[in-house]
Amino acid sequence: MQMRTIEIVVGAFMLAGIISLAILAVRVSGFNVGTSTGTYAVYAKFENIGGLVVRSKVTIAGVTVGQVSEIKLDNETFMAVVKMDIDGSVTDLSTDSTAAILTEGLLGGKYIGISIGADERILGDGDQIYDTQSAVVLEELIGQFLMKQF
Amino acid sequence: METQQITIEDVIFSRSRRRIFDGVSLTIPAGKIVGILGPSGTGKTTLLRLIGGQLKPDSGSVIVNGDSIPDLSRSRLFEVRKSMGMLFQSGALFTDINVFENVAFPLRVHTDLPEDMIRDLVLIKLQSVGLRGASQLYPAELSGGMTRRVALARAIALDPQLIMYDEPFSGLDPIAMGVVVELIKTLNEVYGMTSIIVSHDIRETASIADHLFIISDGKVIGSGPPDELLKETAPRVQQFIKGLPDGPVPFHYPAADYEEELLRGQTARGGLIR
Amino acid sequence: MLSRLRSLGQYSLSVLEVLGRAGSVWWQAIWRRPRLENLPLVIKQIYQLGVLSVVIIVLSGFSIGAVLALQGYNQLVQYGSESALGLGVALVLVMEIGPVVSALLFAGRAGSAVTAEIGLMKTTEQLSSMEMIGVDPLQRIVAPRLWAGFISMPILALMFSVVGIWGASLVGVNWLGVYEGAFWATMQEGVDFKSHVLKGIIKSVAFGLVVTWIAVYQGYDTEPTSEGIAAATTRTVVYSSVAVLVLDFFLTLVMFRF
Repeated sequence: MQMRTIEIVVGAFMLAGIISLAILAVRVSGFNVGTSTGTYAVYAKFENIGGLVVRSKVTIAGVTVGQVSEIKLDNETFMAVVKMDIDGSVTDLSTDSTAAILTEGLLGGKYIGISIGADERILGDGDQIYDTQSAVVLEELIGQFLMKQF
Repeated sequence: METQQITIEDVIFSRSRRRIFDGVSLTIPAGKIVGILGPSGTGKTTLLRLIGGQLKPDSGSVIVNGDSIPDLSRSRLFEVRKSMGMLFQSGALFTDINVFENVAFPLRVHTDLPEDMIRDLVLIKLQSVGLRGASQLYPAELSGGMTRRVALARAIALDPQLIMYDEPFSGLDPIAMGVVVELIKTLNEVYGMTSIIVSHDIRETASIADHLFIISDGKVIGSGPPDELLKETAPRVQQFIKGLPDGPVPFHYPAADYEEELLRGQTARGGLIR
Repeated sequence: MLSRLRSLGQYSLSVLEVLGRAGSVWWQAIWRRPRLENLPLVIKQIYQLGVLSVVIIVLSGFSIGAVLALQGYNQLVQYGSESALGLGVALVLVMEIGPVVSALLFAGRAGSAVTAEIGLMKTTEQLSSMEMIGVDPLQRIVAPRLWAGFISMPILALMFSVVGIWGASLVGVNWLGVYEGAFWATMQEGVDFKSHVLKGIIKSVAFGLVVTWIAVYQGYDTEPTSEGIAAATTRTVVYSSVAVLVLDFFLTLVMFRF
């Protein structure tokens, strides 16, 4: 086979590789959150985070606006401190917004849903959401149900 | 041109605990055809590799044209190899490129000559071995004799002063053999190339060599011009030169006593012998 | 007892010896002298190792993707979670099956070819004559193949994953009736480029290195006989496959637990 033909074919091969990479990046992994406009940090404390993990998504009205970047334990209040990276384009989180830990579908992937409040002041980088709702833990639910029975 | 002389002194070389050379010394004068003979497996090819610098002796010296080959640096060895050509037993042509490219290979590696000069040189070399018309063929398409001739063309591509032939006559039909013999002689006469032929074909080698060495058991057991060597009386030399089946190199592989072994076999099986 | 210890010791020493030789082959092939003049050789090898493997990679990728979709659907539909099919298949392919299976196929197809080729060159004294002419066979024969394997393997693994996901989508969406939107959406939500795709790529680069290295070394070190070449080729496939699987375990351990 001629050298030129081989070079062309190899070039096509490498191009195919790059295209595959691009497909995987865009179509498959949805390469987007926080890449273009930067993010800012918002904190929230919960009594029980359930199965929430780092990289769980943060949504407003069901739309993904960020992800959980850190989960720590506050040693004084023994509450979970969750740090969320919110996309820079989301600018009107009022200070009285609510953050709740919700469950996705039946397989139980946990995520944070934020409901916007009515206050005029908005959260900035490093601010905290105070109105939080912990995760629903099945055992506690059963416990409550049983308690109510009696 | 400088005189190319090869001096090998007291070389000891072992591989996997086997002493291949146990104090071998020989001198190859410049511009002559020298044959190195010996039984199969005595390490004749190893000797060529020592001269070419592919292997290093355990002790002793290998001096080619004033250079001590084992002590050369990589770059110096590269230079020295320019003036050495080697014809391998199987031809050793590169199978992924055609005849032309094979012969051009050393030229491309060692020189910066422009393409048209390389083309001319390759064709000249191929012409001298009679295969100019085969330049576009691939090694797989060549016969054994043709392969060897192309390999020869490649070996002389850089006009070396020394050329080594590893079993050049083995496996060839009489015509092809005649061609190779003729080529070796011509190259030596016309170009003055020092030629070392390693072979176990006494007749052909003796017909063109100026000097012969016989190596056996890691030592040189015979040395001299062909006609003198034929009159040599030492039994090992005699056996080799005359091709006698039994002598210092025994016919029988060491075994137990013949009569005993036969008898033992039969009585053990329940006995036909009473 | 003593003799057993001794033979164990000898065996370990010979293993170290082999590793040392293999290491020096790799070292000498890669780190000596400029490689630019050998670029056409590398390109030719990328063709031999990479391009010629595309067919088997694509066919296998598609089949495995389709099977994963089938099996995955059967399991997920019991919990009503078939919309997560896209996510599950994509993760499995990108992180594990893609790099590992394509490496195994590569070892079988390209690895054995390299070993046989180099072994044959050794047997017919081509490597020796190359040396005598003054060309380092490690530079001219071994190095281009190492680079080509190093470059081709990740590309093949990526292709495998992409074709696999496509096959899975054909089976899941077009045949089994999973909602197309959910299929892709859950996938895009759950698959993260940095944590999943990139790690898969790192794996396939490591595999490419290991497989090609073993293939090249076995060819270079083979006994110069036809039985020797056959044995060496078999060793390449066996050793590479085991190495890939073991390496996969350790890489996964390091990348996904720490």
